[in-house]
Amino acid sequence: MKRLTYLLRRLQWALLSILFVITLNFFLFRVLPGDPARAGIRDPRLTAQAQQAIRERFGLDKPVINCFETLNPLKLGKCGVNPLETQFFIYVGNLLRGELGTSYHTNRPVSSMLGEALLNTVLLVGAAQVFSIVFGIILGLVAAWKSHTAVDFTALTASLVAWSLPTFWLGIVLLFAGSTWLGLPVVGKLTPGMAYPHWGAKAADLGRHLILPTLTFTIVVLGEYMLVMRSTVLDVLSEDYILTAKAKGLSTFQILKDHALRNALLPMVTIVALNLGFTVAGAIQIETVFSWPGLGLAIFDAVGRRDYPMLQGAFLLIAVSVITANLIADLLYSYLDPRIQAGQS
Amino acid sequence: MKPVTGQKTLLSVRHLSVGYESEGKLLPAVEDVHFDLREGEVLGLVGESGCGKTTLMLSLLRLLPVAGRITRGEVRFGGQDLLDLSETEMSQVRWRDIAMIFQGAMNALNPVLPVEQQISEAIRRHDASVSAAQATRRVEELLEMVGITANRKDQYPFQFSGGMRQRVMIAMALACRPQVLIADEPTTALDVMIQAQILELLLELRERLGLAVILVTHDLGVVAEICDTVLVMYGGMTAEYSDVDRVYNHAVHPYTQNLLKAFPDLSQPNARLISIPGYPPRLDALPSGCRFSPRCPAAFERCHQETPGLYTVEEGHTARCFLVEGKV
Repeated sequence: MKRLTYLLRRLQWALLSILFVITLNFFLFRVLPGDPARAGIRDPRLTAQAQQAIRERFGLDKPVINCFETLNPLKLGKCGVNPLETQFFIYVGNLLRGELGTSYHTNRPVSSMLGEALLNTVLLVGAAQVFSIVFGIILGLVAAWKSHTAVDFTALTASLVAWSLPTFWLGIVLLFAGSTWLGLPVVGKLTPGMAYPHWGAKAADLGRHLILPTLTFTIVVLGEYMLVMRSTVLDVLSEDYILTAKAKGLSTFQILKDHALRNALLPMVTIVALNLGFTVAGAIQIETVFSWPGLGLAIFDAVGRRDYPMLQGAFLLIAVSVITANLIADLLYSYLDPRIQAGQS
Repeated sequence: MKPVTGQKTLLSVRHLSVGYESEGKLLPAVEDVHFDLREGEVLGLVGESGCGKTTLMLSLLRLLPVAGRITRGEVRFGGQDLLDLSETEMSQVRWRDIAMIFQGAMNALNPVLPVEQQISEAIRRHDASVSAAQATRRVEELLEMVGITANRKDQYPFQFSGGMRQRVMIAMALACRPQVLIADEPTTALDVMIQAQILELLLELRERLGLAVILVTHDLGVVAEICDTVLVMYGGMTAEYSDVDRVYNHAVHPYTQNLLKAFPDLSQPNARLISIPGYPPRLDALPSGCRFSPRCPAAFERCHQETPGLYTVEEGHTARCFLVEGKV
């Protein structure tokens, strides 16, 4: 029962945050200068009628919200307009139907463009995160247990180096090494123009394209996870209950698994959750280096093209990912630490 | 009256010396300590903070921190020297034969595991033939024994008060029916009423289970009340060691005498409390000669130059002081 109340309260906060983000996001892009007729399509020969037609097509002829015609330049309008005829409520209404608008650049629905990009990013980020979480936790645990030995020193140095490497630089080096010596593909998700006899061959080709970006991502994140895990476990190992566990005659494995790991996972969950939310977008550098058609590359391109609907959609998606990741972290926390569920800190 | 203790010696410590490695040097924390623990005996270990009490206790179970080294001596238990055992053999002795409860129990229990799991893991670690259901039943039994209703077994440490948590710790310590229980300041963090309850519980269990207890404390009142023998430590060394009666009424070591004067005596409410001037020595700056000599009111020339040996006052009463030398 307590758990359910806790869950509902968290869910309520998550929904409130999303509503706030939707509002902020909408007005952010209305305050920014430029619309598709003037900035998106840079053609001075466009007639006034044609410009007006483009604005109508994207719904920009309607008032932004009651009393405001446009926000940039600021132009006051009538206040008695039917709210449902304003851009804001049309936008919210479309959102409820799962529509995120139309890209200024491709004229395709933003939702389907983002959907494809998100899928690719999740493929890349997901694989890399799974590897780095598993190996980060194991390495950190071992390094802490063997602290101040050669094992610890090696793992520590490697992690510090991995964490400090600039992501794009590591990407370029791996791209060079992998393509030159291992013959791995350098660009995109699938080999262009390739005809696949069956789905297995396609999956293999996808896998080969995934190796280098996943490896880059794993190395970068693994270092961070290992370092955090190591220092947390070191803290935990100095706790009195670890001494109790040793005094009980438990084996090293039991002490690490049942006592150290469980307590050390608490801070890890926070870091991983925050990372997961952000890496949906944080793969920008890697996706750009490897031309991986994910969300990061989509954002990078949309910024260059001033494709506001696309950016607006991407921002919303990122915000929702971060909020969801945090929600999951909260729930995991309540499972891992019984004190939280009971409302204690 | 105090229950008569058995004659069989369970634990016998000889010449035990422990040091901590620091910046390439070995700082002596415990030096040349002797004591015997018989069946059913309660041994009080007293001394100021930092005199090596906890170090001594941890070294009995070989649980010293990484920097700790046992440099000399033997810890005889059940016909073998615990210091000769392999790490695996030692882990079997822990808790099954010698269990330990720690100061405050606040942090000695794992905050994220229910108490049942923490107790039953000890049971099943030392007896693989115990089924999960049997272990649960035993946990319930143990909790009832220390005065906690069995249905609280699924609760987490934070759901218990300080005193209750120490009871859980005691139940845990008794899980494998040990012969020796080391209680390192078990009541320090508790209020006076709860302290009394916990000590009473320890005594009651001692009588019921025939447990031998080493009670580490700096409360001389507690020692007088429940201990059979007393080991007074100063600066990592034995100051005086004897039965409780002789230590309280015929103390020979100036440190013991002063320690007793520094403690309120309810039969003489008008007597002034006397504090011992100065501070206990630091491990990295030990005085030459007797370690108590800089603070000792009876110190003479020789005390500052030579370290006194452990002299026998009479059978079962030893002290490390030149004043005792030759009095046999």
